[in-house]
Amino acid sequence: MAKTFRGGVHPPEAKLTASKPIETIAQPDRVIIPLSQHTGAPSKPTVKVGEEVLIGSKIGEAEGFISVPTHSSVSGKVKAIANYPHPLGRPMPAIEIENDSRDEWIDLSHWTDLTNSSPDEIRRAVREAGIVGLGGAAFPTHVKLSPPEGKTIDTVILNGAECEPYLTGDHRLMLEHPDEIIEGLRVIMKVLGAARGYIGIERNKPDAIDKMSEKVEDEESIEVVGLKVKYPQGAEKQLIKALTGREVPCGGLPMDVGCLVQNVGTSYAIWQALKLGKPLIERVVTVSGSAVKSPGNYMVRIGTTFSHVIEQAGGMDEGCSKIIMGGPMMGIAQHTDQVPVVKGTSGMILLSAQDVRIDEPGPCLRCGKCVDHCPMRLVPNEIARFVEKGRIAEAEAYGILDCMECGVCAYVCPSKINHVHLFKIGKAEIAQRRRKEAGKEG
Amino acid sequence: MSAKLTVTPSPHIRDDLDIKKVMYAVVLALIPSAIGGVYFFGLRALVIIVAASLAAIATEAVCQKAIRRPVTISDGSALITGILLAFNLPPGVPYWLPVVGSVFAIAVAKIPFGGLGYNPLNPALVGRAFLLASWPVYMTTTWTAPSRGSLSGISAITTATPLGVFKYVRHILDNPSVGPDEISRANSYLAQLYSSASLKNLFLGNVGGCIGETSVILLLIGAAYLLIKGIICWRIPLSYIGTVALLTWILGGQGLFHGYPLFHVLSGGLVLGAFFMATDMVTSPVTPKGKIIFGVGCGILTSVIRLYGGYPEGVSYSILIMNITVPLIDRYTRPRKLGEVKGS
Ligand code: SF4
Ligand code: SF4
Repeated sequence: MAKTFRGGVHPPEAKLTASKPIETIAQPDRVIIPLSQHTGAPSKPTVKVGEEVLIGSKIGEAEGFISVPTHSSVSGKVKAIANYPHPLGRPMPAIEIENDSRDEWIDLSHWTDLTNSSPDEIRRAVREAGIVGLGGAAFPTHVKLSPPEGKTIDTVILNGAECEPYLTGDHRLMLEHPDEIIEGLRVIMKVLGAARGYIGIERNKPDAIDKMSEKVEDEESIEVVGLKVKYPQGAEKQLIKALTGREVPCGGLPMDVGCLVQNVGTSYAIWQALKLGKPLIERVVTVSGSAVKSPGNYMVRIGTTFSHVIEQAGGMDEGCSKIIMGGPMMGIAQHTDQVPVVKGTSGMILLSAQDVRIDEPGPCLRCGKCVDHCPMRLVPNEIARFVEKGRIAEAEAYGILDCMECGVCAYVCPSKINHVHLFKIGKAEIAQRRRKEAGKEG
Repeated sequence: MSAKLTVTPSPHIRDDLDIKKVMYAVVLALIPSAIGGVYFFGLRALVIIVAASLAAIATEAVCQKAIRRPVTISDGSALITGILLAFNLPPGVPYWLPVVGSVFAIAVAKIPFGGLGYNPLNPALVGRAFLLASWPVYMTTTWTAPSRGSLSGISAITTATPLGVFKYVRHILDNPSVGPDEISRANSYLAQLYSSASLKNLFLGNVGGCIGETSVILLLIGAAYLLIKGIICWRIPLSYIGTVALLTWILGGQGLFHGYPLFHVLSGGLVLGAFFMATDMVTSPVTPKGKIIFGVGCGILTSVIRLYGGYPEGVSYSILIMNITVPLIDRYTRPRKLGEVKGS
């Protein structure tokens, strides 16, 4: 039996683009590069309007430890530094750069391979390259590579599960760049002194499992594991549970059980940064769904607007009525196609009207489906009820903060209750209360 | 860009199952037993089922109009209440009785609490309990024999349902003053009740009883459908029926471990109750452990009422009593969260 966790669901996979090789799209005339594309403090602009930049030029400096620098993804001239639409919601500060189409990189001719350097040097290089988790959460990678004193990490897991429907970017990367991904994994293991490496891949990608297995055949310490096709198989805690049997304690981090999880795309980015000196200026984006003309996997420069990417993918159908950044389970619906691709943009799903559901939530039937399927084993129906009634303390006691917003509860709910929406409200309220309390004490 | 984009919270895809599909799946699952009821007890049964259903639906519409709430009769839940109430009535009741029961079920046990999803007790069972308390004669004496069999399913005695016969026999055997003749007669009744002919009648439904409860095979067909569709889960029915089997085996005979569990499982309203009423999602626990506790609780109460109580059957009251405990059960049976260390 394939390894897995308890709970979860199996939505239609809709991997329309699994057989589409990664294609590089034509460059946009301009890019909009947000200063905040990662968890943590936004970076601070280091360029002025009118300044010339090259591909890979640093345009924003990291602010504090949990932050990364930002780089230009085109060569050209800084046009403006202002607030621009951001795929995570409200407009945020970004640097607009006019592309001179010369496609000129910063000088990398003196770059020396850093894959064999000291852990500290590697961490610094990874940070300098602006690398964050590319699975979607966009947490700065160098932070994960720097466990605090006393925490040992013995197991590094590469996440190739790609459990969200539609998305196929990781799948393609594993087929097209297996050596680089594995090399990246070796580096991560070395930095952390981890003896064990896993690459977890859902069984709906047998070609990727074969390819990766073949590459690590002679490697004692790295194992490729086929995982049951079930959402959210790629969620950190579920992946760790499936592969190692360990349970990350509530409120804790993977390192509390000696594990570190990185997306396969991140591993590829690490390899590129160390081997070639290339900062993170592009990523694979799956463009898919019922309302896009040529669905595919595209290599896209960070900062390219969605509209340009969609145009390059053949354009959208008249009837497109929803654009989602990310997968359909956890992705974010966009107000406009003028938002830029950011480091966390794993996909763009365009849905036509008949695929867009507008459900009126009904009363909870207490059917228990959400309880049966919640991968964190919470009681979503009760937590939702508490939030609705403003009983936030009870929502907290029932574990609202352990919820990862995977959307499984809402997916299975016959009453179409918007659990995730309610949980976000509840969590925001808890955060606000805590800030207030901290303010009082201080 | 031309059209306006829809912005809704994630997830952006949902399972097909919705409230209506859940409810009409239950209706569909009850249809074999309804047909069985009409086959065994005649057109009377059909009239009672239709009367109870229409009354339930009409009451819901009228009540919701009266309190200016959206009318939700199309969701199918009132229909289920009507059918289940009719299933729990003897076939000989006057035709106004199901109507009164349905009105009470919806107007008292469902709407005042906020309608579907908020009622703490199963409305059909409340309706039945109300009828039993108000018109006990109709509710306990209007049994009719099935068209091709006898009320008891055995030939020796024909004036009581199988559980009625069992109650009578136990009464005699537990009474120290009865003579040896009576004891041997009672034992022969018991032997007949436990005979394969009797068990076959119980399984097929060829015995007296409430309209929808007698045919175990037809109930199981509907239940299998709901189990396969994932609308109900095995936890409540299995723990309920298992507990009744265990307790009637231990305590249901003269001396410990001399009971005959198969008879108890097949007779009365146990199968109907375990698969279609105890599993009512609104009034049963949501947690996996809670479901088992709930089923075991129903099983204990049913066994106690059947073996020691004043009524021959105790399924309805057992489920109603356990309904009350649901909030408490749910509170104390929350699953261990992933990564939670108990007691820390
Ligand atoms: S969104 Fe939260 S509560 Fe719902 S299934 Fe996922 S983890 Fe559980
Ligand atoms: S799945 Fe929906 S209807 Fe069922 S218990 Fe959970 S919240 Fe209630």
